[in-house]
Amino acid sequence: MSADKSPAAYWSANIRVITICLIIWALVSFGFAILLRPLLAMLPITIGGVDLGFWFAQQGSILTFIVLIFYYTWYMNRLDREFGVDEE
Amino acid sequence: MSQFTLNLIVVGASFALYIGIAIWARAGTTSDFYTASRGVNPIVNGAATAADWMSAASFISMAGLIAFVGYGNSSFLMGWTGGYVLLALLLAPYLRKFGRFTVPEFIGDRFYSQGARIVAVICLLVISITYVIGQMTGAGVAFSRFLEVQNTTGLFIASAVVFIYAVLGGMKGITYTQLAQYCVLITAYTIPAVFISMQLTNNPLPPLGLFSTHAESGLPLLTKLDQVLVELGFHDYTGLHTTKLNMVLFTMSLMIGTAGLPHVIIRFFTVPKVADARKSAGWALIFIALLYLTAPAVGAMAKLNIITTIYPDGTAAEPIRYDERPDWMRSWEQTGLLAFEDKNNDGRIQYYNDRSEDFAAIAEARGWEGNEVVTFNQDILVLANPEIAQLPGWVLALIAAGGLAAALSTAAGLLLAISSAISHDLLKSVLMPKITDKQELLAARISMAFAIALATYLGMNPPGFAAQVVALAFGLAAATLFPALMMGIFSKKMNTAGAVAGMLVGLLSTVLYIFTYLGWFFIPGTNMLPNTPDNWLFGVSPLSFGTIGAILNFATAYIVMKLTADPPEHIQELVESIRVPRGAAGAVDH
Repeated sequence: MSADKSPAAYWSANIRVITICLIIWALVSFGFAILLRPLLAMLPITIGGVDLGFWFAQQGSILTFIVLIFYYTWYMNRLDREFGVDEE
Repeated sequence: MSQFTLNLIVVGASFALYIGIAIWARAGTTSDFYTASRGVNPIVNGAATAADWMSAASFISMAGLIAFVGYGNSSFLMGWTGGYVLLALLLAPYLRKFGRFTVPEFIGDRFYSQGARIVAVICLLVISITYVIGQMTGAGVAFSRFLEVQNTTGLFIASAVVFIYAVLGGMKGITYTQLAQYCVLITAYTIPAVFISMQLTNNPLPPLGLFSTHAESGLPLLTKLDQVLVELGFHDYTGLHTTKLNMVLFTMSLMIGTAGLPHVIIRFFTVPKVADARKSAGWALIFIALLYLTAPAVGAMAKLNIITTIYPDGTAAEPIRYDERPDWMRSWEQTGLLAFEDKNNDGRIQYYNDRSEDFAAIAEARGWEGNEVVTFNQDILVLANPEIAQLPGWVLALIAAGGLAAALSTAAGLLLAISSAISHDLLKSVLMPKITDKQELLAARISMAFAIALATYLGMNPPGFAAQVVALAFGLAAATLFPALMMGIFSKKMNTAGAVAGMLVGLLSTVLYIFTYLGWFFIPGTNMLPNTPDNWLFGVSPLSFGTIGAILNFATAYIVMKLTADPPEHIQELVESIRVPRGAAGAVDH
């Protein structure tokens, strides 16, 4: 983390983590579950007799979404304290 | 004890609970009524949001929706959950920090324009009213099916119950009844699911059962399902049978539509802090996922179970005789949701895809003269589950209470969004700004009563297009409110002209595209082009258009913003302030 504690630095750190989370969000749903499903199907991994893409479409993406929100919450709580903008 | 008495007792007990909560959680101020005074625990709010979000359609129809299409309809699963990531990252914390009562209020203040606020009110009313029709109809149907009363009587009972806790308690009453309703609906959904999963896969957890071994055949469950479907001329369950483009656009429309639905957004105004708003979205998604991970399992398992019941010795052998069909089929035939017709007069039930040209030769060779399961309503997969699994009567009674809980909790959330837009955004802010808090509270209660009356009326006389309007609601939320809210937070320079132009372009383009293919105001025969893939612009289905509407909204807003003056200094400061959490508690009593 940088020494810059300005609101602008806080905001750009926030935008950075949002961008990373949304890339993962899109990758597991639009990517793994739909567009990249044929690629994943080439891997020698199956879950319950079906290729990985199907699992991402029905379960994997939802589980990833939950992890993403809690990760973001945890990250932002830390960031809020670090920049002194938390609510305590 | 008869099933009817049992249903009556369980549903009656759940209603008594909701009314008890309503009396305990009366609203004393407008802050109570609109936002439960921002005192709701984030986990409680998560459960309330889940009940608010999961409608009668999620509860009764979702498993069937997925089971009858397979992989392609995974869009519903991803779309209706992925929206919560957008809410948690892009909207909820900032709107909570802003600390007001309604969604149009944010748009009006941020874009410093009553005009923008009124456009937002119009979008909100169109979205929420179309959505509430489906809920009221769903509640009426659930009543008539389980409690053997007339549809209309059922609707009146449902309205009366919602009236008591919504008018009395506002958001405060709604929140705590939604918490109770969540508990009822998730219990009702899970119990039969666990039993069917045990029966088919020996795994008590349905989401794991879906990806494990089918006990009877020793094959993976999904492989077995693919196999029997293909053997009967249907397309396989796990394959892609739509275009990738539409699957992506439809999933995206559901995601941004979810994030833009006002009745979901206002739930995040009820928590004490900005950090709570983020956390609460995560909990909401956990509570939603409990049902959404179970639904595809229930769908696939029930489907396989029904096929193997019809073909007990495999699809190559003869199907069961009509007079030897199981009891649950007999009882659901009486409801009209399931119907057989012995087309080749052999006394057996042939279930296959008679529209498949490849399969026609096989069917002919076997002496089949058409699919004999002439009606197979997708809702059966959930509704008949307790009987298929031979569970005791109280489980079926629980399903009745669960279906009603799902319908009523969503209806109440929508009604609050509608009534607060009327009493707060139209009355208090535009028409009668001088009214006191007490008068506004009375106005909010009266508009709630009117909203309930309107919803009841529309539920009794559904405009014949209830199923399609839900697509319109999502498309509009995606194309109008979501982009306006997001730009209000993430673009400091976004101004009135840009936001209003964007919302109007999003609104008009989406409405026009949907009406072109589905008919003006959904009146059959008034569509200008046939609703088939070769007529769709660039192959985009009208159901998937919300994404395009949102893109047009963003693009228009950006161009107009570049051509017009920057927003005033104090608005840019307002945006700065909503971007940081500190100070949110101060907005509790605004």
